[in-house]
Amino acid sequence: MIEQRVALMVDEVFQPTRCESRFITGSEAVKEAIQRSNITMAIAYPITPQSESMHLVGDLYAEGYIPDYFRGESEFAVMGQVAGAAMGGVRVFTATGGPGTLRAFEMFPCWAGMRLPIVCCFFTRGVNSPLSIQPDTIEMAFLLDTGIIMLHAEGAQDLYDFTLRAFAIAEQTDVHIPVGVFADGFFVTHTREMVTVGPPDVKLPPYDPHRSPVPAMDMEGVPVRHMRDPFVMKSNFISYAAHASWQQEILAAVERSRKYVHEYLGGLLETENEEADILIMAAGTAVSQSREAIQLARAQGIDVGLVKIKCLRPFPTEEIQHLARRARAIVVPEFNRVGWLAREIKSVVEDNSRVVGAPRVFGGMTMPSEMILAQLQACVPATR
Amino acid sequence: MTKQIFRIAPGFEEIMPEEYRELVTDGPYDRSVGVADLGTFKELLEEHPLCAGCGLALSLRLFLASLPAPADTVVVGSTGCSAIAFPQVGLHNIHGLFGNQNAIASGLKRALKLRFPDRPKDVVVVAGDGATADIGLEMVMHSWFRAENIATVMLDNEAYANTGGQESGMSPRGAVLNMAPTGKKFEKVAMPEIARESGCAYVAVTSPANARRFEKAIRRAILVARDVGPTYVQVFCPCPTNFKFRPDETLGVIRKREKEGVFQYREYITPEAQQYLAASEGEKR
Ligand SMILES: Cc1ncc(C[n+]2csc(CCOP(=O)(O)OP(=O)(O)O)c2C)c(N)n1
Repeated sequence: MIEQRVALMVDEVFQPTRCESRFITGSEAVKEAIQRSNITMAIAYPITPQSESMHLVGDLYAEGYIPDYFRGESEFAVMGQVAGAAMGGVRVFTATGGPGTLRAFEMFPCWAGMRLPIVCCFFTRGVNSPLSIQPDTIEMAFLLDTGIIMLHAEGAQDLYDFTLRAFAIAEQTDVHIPVGVFADGFFVTHTREMVTVGPPDVKLPPYDPHRSPVPAMDMEGVPVRHMRDPFVMKSNFISYAAHASWQQEILAAVERSRKYVHEYLGGLLETENEEADILIMAAGTAVSQSREAIQLARAQGIDVGLVKIKCLRPFPTEEIQHLARRARAIVVPEFNRVGWLAREIKSVVEDNSRVVGAPRVFGGMTMPSEMILAQLQACVPATR
Repeated sequence: MTKQIFRIAPGFEEIMPEEYRELVTDGPYDRSVGVADLGTFKELLEEHPLCAGCGLALSLRLFLASLPAPADTVVVGSTGCSAIAFPQVGLHNIHGLFGNQNAIASGLKRALKLRFPDRPKDVVVVAGDGATADIGLEMVMHSWFRAENIATVMLDNEAYANTGGQESGMSPRGAVLNMAPTGKKFEKVAMPEIARESGCAYVAVTSPANARRFEKAIRRAILVARDVGPTYVQVFCPCPTNFKFRPDETLGVIRKREKEGVFQYREYITPEAQQYLAASEGEKR
């Protein structure tokens, strides 16, 4: 075990003076992030393609970097266990994906309602019958309205950065809600890339439960009736008003996270050549495929810009509206059948007939860049 | 928690809610009170909204009066009738979801152990029979398999009361209830036996009809869970509303069942827990 020094400021872990390059998988990038995150507990349940990441987090426990780690009995249980730990006032981490995400689903809106700064990695995967373990991002569509902050990593580098930075965003007093870090299963978890990581001997400052806007459940303070009269299922005006204001407060906390997403992720999206007539807007590995397609298009004289959406909740509404103003066509490639990202974009841009919800691949198929190119070519007449 | 924390700032005594003032001046924190002292101290349960004669409410009252260290106790509950009373309880209490109470408690207990290594924080699960023996059974049993240091108290009213009287795994065989229109087809789930086989160091079946025995079971369960291993207490607390008897008959129903031999007070203690209790109970005397 490497002796770790606690960073004085979170930024010291994010902008270290000493960096190292590693050729690692996405799962290994999670391990690197967690090693530097100074968590107190991690709880795991196997689900492909998540398992390897939590095996590696288990290794960190065995090596002494994490005080407690165990395998729970199901994803629903694990999400309850990490909730209990977070309510007890410690920093916790878990990961899941696909069927595990759906089995645990009831807990996610509760995490947000309980104001728990849990960080969870979701490695997306198909959830249909017949059984599939293939990559597919459809579960993200289900999670969009649970009240958790949602970051979408393009590759292992993002996965490292987002996971580590997610703790800083989640734990702000004016935010203090869970952050889901999403990455496309297999494409990111099981492939290698060069990842720049900070020095392993520096870790985040510890979580301070007193920064929480709701008290830790430890009987160290007055037993405020956290869920007292109005919160229970009484049919009266006070009850309705209390629930309504609480729900609004969760949404407001998500909104307040924008400034921290800017601070720690450099914005909710990134752009390249944003003045182009045709824009690709994408998230996750669809961004990488789009980069390839843009090379091919450029060789054919088609000018295309790229908008990489890193944060889906809160949604970069204004940024997208601004970027979309000039564009003649907006192509949204996705690794799922429903096209939830295209739906989100269509819901905020004017004249949304410009938004092309294609190509879409699902069932675990890869997305050849030629498929994206074909959509770009089809958009060319619109730009004349 | 020390009582100092919730002292009222001078000048604010008048505007604090009365029940709060009473908790500060007459509450049970940092005091050694039990069921025999009921009526002499401010109880942790404020006016509750449960039905008249509710056996569960009576049990909850006795339970709160039986806590060995209320100032350092956190209760984890579940959806059900008790969840409606918990907002009126003067302890940190958590409502997770329906059935996940032992999962939440596992995470919580481990977190509190790490944060307060030198001071025991008792984590006690209090949940209905549906939450414990049906929907949450997986999480209840696995908390026992993992030997979590938590006490699990089942409030067994033999039905899903909060949703209007449906059959639960703990309903008696033959009981005609909602969703069992022709009578329940199987016996009560053998929870005490399951608890024993699953690694509980202390198991008791009790009822509010005998407050002394009830108190002993709760105190033992919490103390053994603190230092030895997981524990389980099953509280028979019949529901007048859904089983349709008069609110003043609740204790009579328990005694009748006891006489018939259907409900029996029982205790199972592992040798290790026995040793521990002998030492700690001996100490007290
Ligand atoms: C996932 C889920 N399913 C169903 C319910 C509805 N529900 C609320 S309380 C309850 C029954 C609780 O029964 P029990 O645990 O025996 O407690 P009691 O109400 O009898 O005290 C049910 C079915 C729920 N809240 N969540």
